Amino acid sequence: MNTELMKERWRRNWYKFSRNPLSILGLAVVLAIILIAIFADFFAPYPEHAFVFVDFKNAKRPPCWQYLCGTDMAGRDILSRIFFGFRYSLVMAVSVLSVATPPGVLLGLVAGYMRDTWVDIAIMRVADVFLSVPSMVLALAVCSMLEPTLYNAMLAVTVMWWPWYTRLVYGAASSIKNEYFVQAAEVTGASTFHILFGEIFPNCLSTIFTKMTLDVGWVILIGSTLSFVGLGAQPPTPDLGTMVSDGSKYIPAQWWISLFPALFIVVIILGFNLLGDGVRDMLAGD
Amino acid sequence: MSKEIVVVKDLKKWFDTDEGIVRAVDDISFTINEGETFGLVGESGSGKSTTAYTLMGIYTPTAGEISYKGMDISMGIKQRPLSLKKEMQMVFQDPGSSLNPKRSIEQIIELPLQVHGIAKDERRKRVIELLQMVELPEDYLDRQPTKIGGGEKQMVAIARALATNPTFVTLDEPTSALDVSMQAKIINKLIEFQETLDLSYLFITHNLSLMRNVATRVGIMYLGKLCEVAPTGTFFSKPLHPYTKMLLSSIPVITREEEAVKPDKVVSMGEIPSPVNVPSGCYFHPRCNECTERCKREDPPMVEVEPGHFVKCHTLSE
Repeated sequence: MNTELMKERWRRNWYKFSRNPLSILGLAVVLAIILIAIFADFFAPYPEHAFVFVDFKNAKRPPCWQYLCGTDMAGRDILSRIFFGFRYSLVMAVSVLSVATPPGVLLGLVAGYMRDTWVDIAIMRVADVFLSVPSMVLALAVCSMLEPTLYNAMLAVTVMWWPWYTRLVYGAASSIKNEYFVQAAEVTGASTFHILFGEIFPNCLSTIFTKMTLDVGWVILIGSTLSFVGLGAQPPTPDLGTMVSDGSKYIPAQWWISLFPALFIVVIILGFNLLGDGVRDMLAGD
Repeated sequence: MSKEIVVVKDLKKWFDTDEGIVRAVDDISFTINEGETFGLVGESGSGKSTTAYTLMGIYTPTAGEISYKGMDISMGIKQRPLSLKKEMQMVFQDPGSSLNPKRSIEQIIELPLQVHGIAKDERRKRVIELLQMVELPEDYLDRQPTKIGGGEKQMVAIARALATNPTFVTLDEPTSALDVSMQAKIINKLIEFQETLDLSYLFITHNLSLMRNVATRVGIMYLGKLCEVAPTGTFFSKPLHPYTKMLLSSIPVITREEEAVKPDKVVSMGEIPSPVNVPSGCYFHPRCNECTERCKREDPPMVEVEPGHFVKCHTLSE
């Protein structure tokens, strides 16, 4: 691929992406969150407050210039803990999606290409079983069977997440399979492996990417929910869900302890959704 | 008498759908000789494309036999030997969908060579040679198919079909999606390749004037059955089946000379019935103006009225 064409393609993609100002806002929010998560030690006003730290003199302080989001019951700066919380949220999202997507996509490709054979029926009925159980219930079941840790929460979310990709790719693959270019590859004798990964898969990529971007927010939400009910990250881990749960006992008097972590969960999800919409616009009709 | 390359005998392809059994191809027999262009014409839904797809193995035949150079190939594509796929190639109807939009022109033309085990550096040479054959510039190698015109796409599809030096190529309405100026260019190229590369074609179209110019022999299909097969000259000058007469008389003409060679005006009636609910007896009888009681009861056999001219109609067997 020569550089001229490459540049041209980037320019066009950026044009399509930036037509909607909300996409740019989403991109900015996501970039900011990623930067803050990576350099949390540097951005947080009190990095030492992230884990175990006690300062009862300054406990339950409302938002002020010294503590922008106030302090919690142990006197830890809430904003600092939120910044560290981004780290856990992003790690959760990235690891869940990078583990759930490949098998989900692979199964969807195979089932879609072998549509109406026993392979298709076997794969899709199993996926249907997973999809028919409400995702939260499934995650709660897995989490309550295992020890409540962040890793088990990730495992639980992964188990419920792959069928969505299977179904998404199944739909795409079973329609692409009827395109003449797939038939041309069959006529010429190309292997099933080539047809799946060389012909069908590249045409599913844009759909997969869009869904992944949109899913980051949802995975974070589910992860936070698990932490909120005590089945995810355990204190003193600065997880946003755990923080909301810890602070809920002090509502309404010390509202800031729960409110600010909750608000930032909303910001993360909103950011990734806006970005996802932009990615969809960019990849549509390409 | 030239050698037969493809022989199709009593071929059936039925599809089981929710509405019932669709008899897309119902008991047809024909042969394609080496070096000739066998044309299949018919209205939409007459089963000509299904015939081509079954011949190529994309559909597995329901019944009947297909043989290629004496070898039985009445099975689906996955069961056919790889060496056969080198010899039988296909050009599809819609060049927009027959080229993968995510692959470059080079990757597209290279695929058959790769599949049939040609070394990497030789593949590139061959791809460039093929691009020259179809008169496309060399810098198209890196392009995506979405960035070139419809006619150019079809040229790429033809280059891909010719990559492995096939002997038999199925052309499924190769020009119907293109504008007229491109059509002529593509057809001329196809005729040129047939002569220089010694190809046999199965040519499918619904365009009768085009058929007259390219085909050696023509078969006409109606509701999954062949009605008449004849050498092109005979087919257009002395059609015998009422359906052939009806279609030929419906070609619009401009000059008086053309009008003179056309068969007498036959008013066409009705439309092609559903292949799920086929008429009794001769499938064509509800639209036929020479229809008799017998046509409604019995399906006529295919008879050879003169050497090489087959017709399936009761009016001739009496």
